[in-house]
Amino acid sequence: MSPIARYALRLGDDALILGQRLGEWTGHAPSLELDLALANFALDLIGQATYLLGQAAAEEGKGRDGDSLAFHRDVFDFCNCLMVEQPNGDFARTIARQMLFSTFQNAFYEALSGLTASPLAPLAQKAKKETAYHARFAQDWVVRLGDGTPESAARMAEGLAWHWRFVDELFEMDGLEQDLCAAGLAVDKAKLRPAFDARVAEVLAQAKVQAPAAHRPVSGGRKGNHSEHLGHLLAQMQFLPRAYPGAVW
Amino acid sequence: MYTTDLSRVGKSGLEAPARVEPAALLEKFEARVAADDFIEPKDWMPEAYRRTLIRQISQHAHSEIVGMLPEGNWISRAPSLRRKAVLLAKVQDEAGHGLYLYCAAETLGASRDEMTEALLAGRAKYSTIFNYPTLTWADMGAIGWLVDGAAIMNQVPLQRTSYGPYARAMVRICKEESFHQRQGYEIMMAMCAGSPAQKRMAQDALDRWWAPALMMFGPPDENSPNTAQSIRWRIKRETNDELRQRFVDATVPQAQALGLTIPDPDLRWNEAKGGYDFGALDWEEFYAVVRGEGQVAKERMEARRKAWEDGAWVRDAAIAHSAKRAKAAEAA
Repeated sequence: MSPIARYALRLGDDALILGQRLGEWTGHAPSLELDLALANFALDLIGQATYLLGQAAAEEGKGRDGDSLAFHRDVFDFCNCLMVEQPNGDFARTIARQMLFSTFQNAFYEALSGLTASPLAPLAQKAKKETAYHARFAQDWVVRLGDGTPESAARMAEGLAWHWRFVDELFEMDGLEQDLCAAGLAVDKAKLRPAFDARVAEVLAQAKVQAPAAHRPVSGGRKGNHSEHLGHLLAQMQFLPRAYPGAVW
Repeated sequence: MYTTDLSRVGKSGLEAPARVEPAALLEKFEARVAADDFIEPKDWMPEAYRRTLIRQISQHAHSEIVGMLPEGNWISRAPSLRRKAVLLAKVQDEAGHGLYLYCAAETLGASRDEMTEALLAGRAKYSTIFNYPTLTWADMGAIGWLVDGAAIMNQVPLQRTSYGPYARAMVRICKEESFHQRQGYEIMMAMCAGSPAQKRMAQDALDRWWAPALMMFGPPDENSPNTAQSIRWRIKRETNDELRQRFVDATVPQAQALGLTIPDPDLRWNEAKGGYDFGALDWEEFYAVVRGEGQVAKERMEARRKAWEDGAWVRDAAIAHSAKRAKAAEAA
């Protein structure tokens, strides 16, 4: 795959896997309003994934399409970050993940939408609006749960502690991204970090929740080194296309 | 989706003894309804009308919410990105329908929490159809095609029902249901045009969903004692058997177009009545499902209870947080 195809694949895998996770909430959320909201985010993310995986397949030019990338790759060929594949846990853990990831993803798409040379800029234009809402919604819920009842505050703190080790990976730049970045085709994620840290600190202060203790960063998703959870997610997601090869649905 | 009026077999916890209504008010109310006027929340209405509507609208709302579960079962396994997005959107629409319907029932004085608790305690009913399991992907097609198709037959007349908020909710719901039916039929079309294994899956789904879909219209007219009153009040506009016949007549040619066989040896065209004759349905099974003895009734209720109980701390936190903010705003 070309560098730009691999880049689209990374972004597409992030969106696909988080969309798949959020879809698991459908019918089971704490209230109808939250059910609607989580399904909406899942839909936005599946939409982004459809575009990005389609672009990656088209750039690759080997006759694959977005569906074959989604349904016919194994764990070590997925290159999403580790945070998005984490199980939903309770609602606080889901919201912690959404706040961290959407705050990052929104800044990322803001930056990508300004890279006029990038073939992904049109998607970024749309995605920055979607993720702005995801981020605001999740930030509001972190505040609500953090500054709600003693139980919700404790759960919020635990949810953040679960995901904290995966934050650094969001900002990692490897050779592929550095080269694309030099050509004006990728976002310099390191530059997004200070504003992200400031925004998260602001949300946690409003939520009256302490930032979790520092944790050695856990990463590897971009290289296909995943958690144990991803294999189970794929087993479920890919079941039909794998069981009926060649079938059109 | 839709619920039949199940009052014959299940008394809603929201019911109370009948009372004598003032004759003059009653007469004026009956005249307005007969003239197809809408009754609005602040208008006078007989207590029995209010209670019947709360029961019917809340059953309908519960059906939307419980109805998210059989299809939600396949969101994580949808076979393409497009199918996943469409199914997510469809199940999300059902949550939206539940929301407007609960709001419509709230205008009659029942709170959403009270209605939810009645459902979870087993006092309120929901459509029998959701107590059947979704076993294969073809069930997503069959549910859209048959279950949403039956729902549309039932619901189109409700757009002209006498209670304004219910009628208005139904206008939007019907638009979305017709999209749902088309997406279900499109799933069936794709499968029937596919491999023998896919076609077998499609036939199997039709075999399992056909009779339960016909039962969605409720018991035969002779066993539906509330129908006459509900029709007079324009809460219902056609009888169960009329709607069921219309559904069969519309659906048989659709099955033929797919190349599928309706699982009813007694099904045949009756030239004289200009419609299909069809075999008897197993009403014993229907009443058992209404009593809560459906195949996956326990799973459905367990899932709803778990969502409600696991979500309690979230709802409590939201209330506590908004109280804190209100207090802070007051102090400022």
